[in-house]
Amino acid sequence: MANPMLIRRLAGAVALLVLAGCGNIEPWVKPYERDRLADPIMALDGDPVSTSYIQHVYEAREGARGGEGAAGGGCGCN
Amino acid sequence: MRVGAFRGLTVLLLSLATAPAFAGVLPEDRGDALYHRYEGGGVEIDGPSVLVRKQVGKSTSFVGNYYVDYVSSASVDVVTTASPYTEEREQWSLGMDYLRGNTTMSLNYVSSVESDFDATTYSFSVSQDMFGDLTTLTLSYAYGDDIVGRSDDPSFRAENKRQQYGVGLTQILTRNLIAALNVETVTDEGFLNNPYRSVRYADSNVPLGYSYEPELYPRTRTSNAVGLRARYFLPYRAALEAEYRFFTDTWDIQAHTGSLTYVHPWGPFTFEVKGRYHTQTGAHFFADIFPRAQATNFRGRDKELSPLTSTTLKLKVGYSFIDENRGWSIFKKGTLNASIDMLSVDYDEFSDLTTGAALGEEPLYHLDANVIQLFISLWY
Repeated sequence: MANPMLIRRLAGAVALLVLAGCGNIEPWVKPYERDRLADPIMALDGDPVSTSYIQHVYEAREGARGGEGAAGGGCGCN
Repeated sequence: MRVGAFRGLTVLLLSLATAPAFAGVLPEDRGDALYHRYEGGGVEIDGPSVLVRKQVGKSTSFVGNYYVDYVSSASVDVVTTASPYTEEREQWSLGMDYLRGNTTMSLNYVSSVESDFDATTYSFSVSQDMFGDLTTLTLSYAYGDDIVGRSDDPSFRAENKRQQYGVGLTQILTRNLIAALNVETVTDEGFLNNPYRSVRYADSNVPLGYSYEPELYPRTRTSNAVGLRARYFLPYRAALEAEYRFFTDTWDIQAHTGSLTYVHPWGPFTFEVKGRYHTQTGAHFFADIFPRAQATNFRGRDKELSPLTSTTLKLKVGYSFIDENRGWSIFKKGTLNASIDMLSVDYDEFSDLTTGAALGEEPLYHLDANVIQLFISLWY
């Protein structure tokens, strides 16, 4: 029968590794490699006033709505 | 046992506290003044939209927007069963973003007022930047409260409640590619049809062959939309974006929407071309003509709820008059923009009753509309 203390310690070690892994996920695109993504031509919503207006037009002329938003982009370029 | 649990918690908190921190960013301070004009199908709508965003302190940004529609309508619906009209819609919105670490919390309030329709929306969202700021996860909720009136009947008053749930995931995939996935569910409950619009039904007692009765929609609607978009940086400094959305709702409307955008900078100018295609099935209670009065439990003749296909070609040009590397006075950057969206809609079952054609021989309706936007943006 396995030692309960050993199981607890192993579980603790696994939890710690998982947490440490979450905290240290190596970004595969480094911050200094995001110059192109920070270019204004790459903004997913560069003109919010214009975007919300044209979405309003489409919602008035068509039967569908939603699903067209985008968050900032997480690259410090929003 | 308790000591062990406490120690475990301490270790957990410490491992979280020592996780590397990547600060998120608030939206940039900016001001936008836009003039918009929609013209097509006998409808003209124009007006301004002004947005101001300003950061206060290190972690809070406020945003305000004022928007007006001046409407002059002699649309195919209106000329068929009513008289042309003019009206004004005024909309205010106020919002706040609060940044703490990698988390941005946003609150927003929108109020829209017309002579016969008031809409109020409260929304809340949380965005979390994760995995070295490669991923942004956003959860959002909005609650809307509408009051519907009739300009020809002051005693008429009906209500709608609307709830909106959204999940968004924006992901940097490579140093040239960013993608966003959005899932949105909207539920409506209340008076959902237009109080002025009528449906037509076959009536052999009148020379025209048909008569009109008011629309009657279901009192609930739930819709789901999934949108995926990806933007790619081309090797010679230009951008290409592809977008697809699938939509479905409890009124049996299914829609597919796709678009392709190309952005090309040239000196201080930025040119953009976008093609968009949308196709949808009709609501189960839509009919161009019903066989008799009160033929079905629910009935509608709204062309936007009919099967249709729409295509749009957008042309846009932007001019940077304050270069972001130099700035001017308090301004970091300034752009002037002009765009036109040429919208063309083919209706598969909605007939044009303005031609005077005999019953059963009316041509299908077709809409061409131009949407013009002129705007100035200043970053400070």
